[in-house]
Amino acid sequence: MTLFEDPAYASRMLTLLTLSFHIIYATIGVGVPLMIMIAQWIGIKNNDNHYLLMARRWAKGFVVTVAVGVVTGTIIGLQLSLLWPSFMELAGNIIAMPLFMEVFAFFFEAIFLGIYLYTWDRFDNPKKHLLLLIPVAVGGGMSAYFITVVNSFMNSPAGFDIIGGELVNANPLLAMFTVSMPTKVAHVLSTAYMTIAFMFAAIAAFRLLQKKNQEYHKKSLHMAMKIGLIFAVATALIGDLSGKYLAAYQPEKLAAAEWHFETTTEAPLVMWGVLGEDNEAKYALHVPYALSILAHGLPNSEVIGLEEFPADERPPLVIHYFFDTMVTIGMFMIALSLLYWFGMRRKWAFVEKTWYRWLIVAGGPLSFLAIEAGWWMAEVGRQPWILRGLMTIEEAATTSDYVGWMFVLFAVLYFILGVGTVVVLSYMFRKNPVEKDLERMQGGESS
Amino acid sequence: MILEIVGISVLWLFLFGYIIVGSIDYGAGFFNAYSIVTGRQHILSKIIQRYLSPVWEVTNVFFVFFFVGIVGFFPQSAYYFGTILLIPGSLALILLAIRGSYYAFESYGKQGHKGYAIMYGLSGLLIPASLSIVLTISEGGFVFMEDGNPVLDYGALFYSPLTWSIVVLSIAAVLYISAVFLTWYANETGDKDATNLMRKYALSWSVPLIIAASGIIVELYFHNETHFENLLSLWWMFAVSFVLWILTVVLIWKRRNYGTAFWLLTGQFAFAFFGYGIAHYPYLLYPHISIHEGFTNPAMAISLIVVFILGMALLIPSLYLLLKLFLFDKNYIKGKK
Repeated sequence: MTLFEDPAYASRMLTLLTLSFHIIYATIGVGVPLMIMIAQWIGIKNNDNHYLLMARRWAKGFVVTVAVGVVTGTIIGLQLSLLWPSFMELAGNIIAMPLFMEVFAFFFEAIFLGIYLYTWDRFDNPKKHLLLLIPVAVGGGMSAYFITVVNSFMNSPAGFDIIGGELVNANPLLAMFTVSMPTKVAHVLSTAYMTIAFMFAAIAAFRLLQKKNQEYHKKSLHMAMKIGLIFAVATALIGDLSGKYLAAYQPEKLAAAEWHFETTTEAPLVMWGVLGEDNEAKYALHVPYALSILAHGLPNSEVIGLEEFPADERPPLVIHYFFDTMVTIGMFMIALSLLYWFGMRRKWAFVEKTWYRWLIVAGGPLSFLAIEAGWWMAEVGRQPWILRGLMTIEEAATTSDYVGWMFVLFAVLYFILGVGTVVVLSYMFRKNPVEKDLERMQGGESS
Repeated sequence: MILEIVGISVLWLFLFGYIIVGSIDYGAGFFNAYSIVTGRQHILSKIIQRYLSPVWEVTNVFFVFFFVGIVGFFPQSAYYFGTILLIPGSLALILLAIRGSYYAFESYGKQGHKGYAIMYGLSGLLIPASLSIVLTISEGGFVFMEDGNPVLDYGALFYSPLTWSIVVLSIAAVLYISAVFLTWYANETGDKDATNLMRKYALSWSVPLIIAASGIIVELYFHNETHFENLLSLWWMFAVSFVLWILTVVLIWKRRNYGTAFWLLTGQFAFAFFGYGIAHYPYLLYPHISIHEGFTNPAMAISLIVVFILGMALLIPSLYLLLKLFLFDKNYIKGKK
């Protein structure tokens, strides 16, 4: 098996595994503090125990995912050096600064999260307690920012020159502010907030289907769907800008994602389908002019095709499906939350029907799937490069043996951590149902 | 020249911080598990959990700081150590993951799973042991070059007495540091039984610690003579360290000033650790990487130092707040809040 024979392939697979697992916890880590903050703020402002309880319960669950996120984050941090030593040697010279800053941002977040969690009843003024969340949310957002900066650098390296194989004229600040950075960072942040809003909407919808505490979960669902809608629309707008970035700076990635082989004007957007012989997409949905618009904003603009790149520099064509998964789910979530919002305002009965609730339940995991698909598209779409145009994954990968066995070990570990998270969270909330927590709060007792 | 000294000093300071806070944490986990096995859980677990819960993330960050920092300041080390440490590094990561998730699963969810508590305690000993192997490797003699790539000689590493001496030292140090700290902490909470038990552990680990530490100096004479001679020329640092060790033990023996005893212990380890580090200069990995050749470019070095200072300006007040609210808040420690 290649996994046990080729260290470069095994390194790719292990990185894929770690990142796919970590991104779930990382997304939760970025998104949840904002949701807690909004809920707690509404709760204090309207003096509504339901929203205060939401904040409390979300924070309780959040701790579990943060702990696993810390663990998997530590793993990926060190694994980068263990699996891609040559890349990290180069990266250390030029892009070490955001990595270093991320640790500070995380530390800052962790300290205030610790204080926040253990001081629910230690402040006389509840607003002071709410203030503690600001550093938590900012720290989480900054962590995402710094890490995405590093990823942007890998896609559009800048801030140095290579002369005779040596890295010279290093400018760590320019390396941080690369062309792909603004769209990437914005996309990562808005999708994280969107996904977490839909995650809470899914939980609330599920509880409503189980006929649990109607009032509490209805408020939760309503709030989450509105926030989700805002960030889903923002994500779509940013996604459009990302398409324009790709067309200008990484055309091969866009072309591979779109199965766009020949350079043409008035290019259609190819959705789904199967690739037949002579690169013809069968059973696909063709949206006329849409690719030209995505790439340059004009229906008749020219989009560079994949054939203009040497065969060994073309990204794998499978990223087409990753791209389509991401876009389809994104569109679905906008439609779902928009209909819900309109429906609630206009009192359309169907948005409160069982089948619609089930769609909202599905929206939670689907949003996470979209995040995964987005990262697979971003990372697999950079193949064969680890640092676009400068270093391939083959050059960067470790030469050590036994990477395949490490893959097996980590797969087992992630399985245990994943199952553990679900078991602990469900145990925690089954032991403390909403009703019990509400009684406690009204009784003035602390939990 | 000055920049790389600043860089390595900052990193060494972080590693020292990790050794102290990490040891307290790892040792506490072990004592917790040990007390469960010997049926003395009621004495210890309360103070241990009271201390561990709010500060657990802090420990891990020291470690991450160190390895992210070393890649930034000395990128060449990412290449050498990254290549050779694949297996020991991955194993340490898995152990760290088991520990980290314990907090999540045990402290915030179901409580009292015996098997998990024992695994947690054991991982507390295995992590320092596996991480200490890096120090052994850095002494040189275990890495050879094949096709231009560094390869770790596992056989030589496994059969070297130096490896095992360092492993023993790391475990003894973890248990000793932790016991001394928890004696102090238990005394602050006013828990007499726990104080007495931790005091007993502190005293019983003090002698093995000093024997293991002295043993390593002898081992180095056979393994890496340059390093040994450098150590001897810094004899006064180790002498100070030894005196501090005696003072710590005396204070604990006489049941006096446990707080002072802990700070003396910190001093003892600081002198020994920095003495060892200075003697190691200028090599990060004998004889492949020195801090001069492996150093990053000046622009990156200055950026990192600036970021470090700004970051510290942000963190020190926050850490102070955390410590004030939990560790040094008399009401919190005594379990009233």
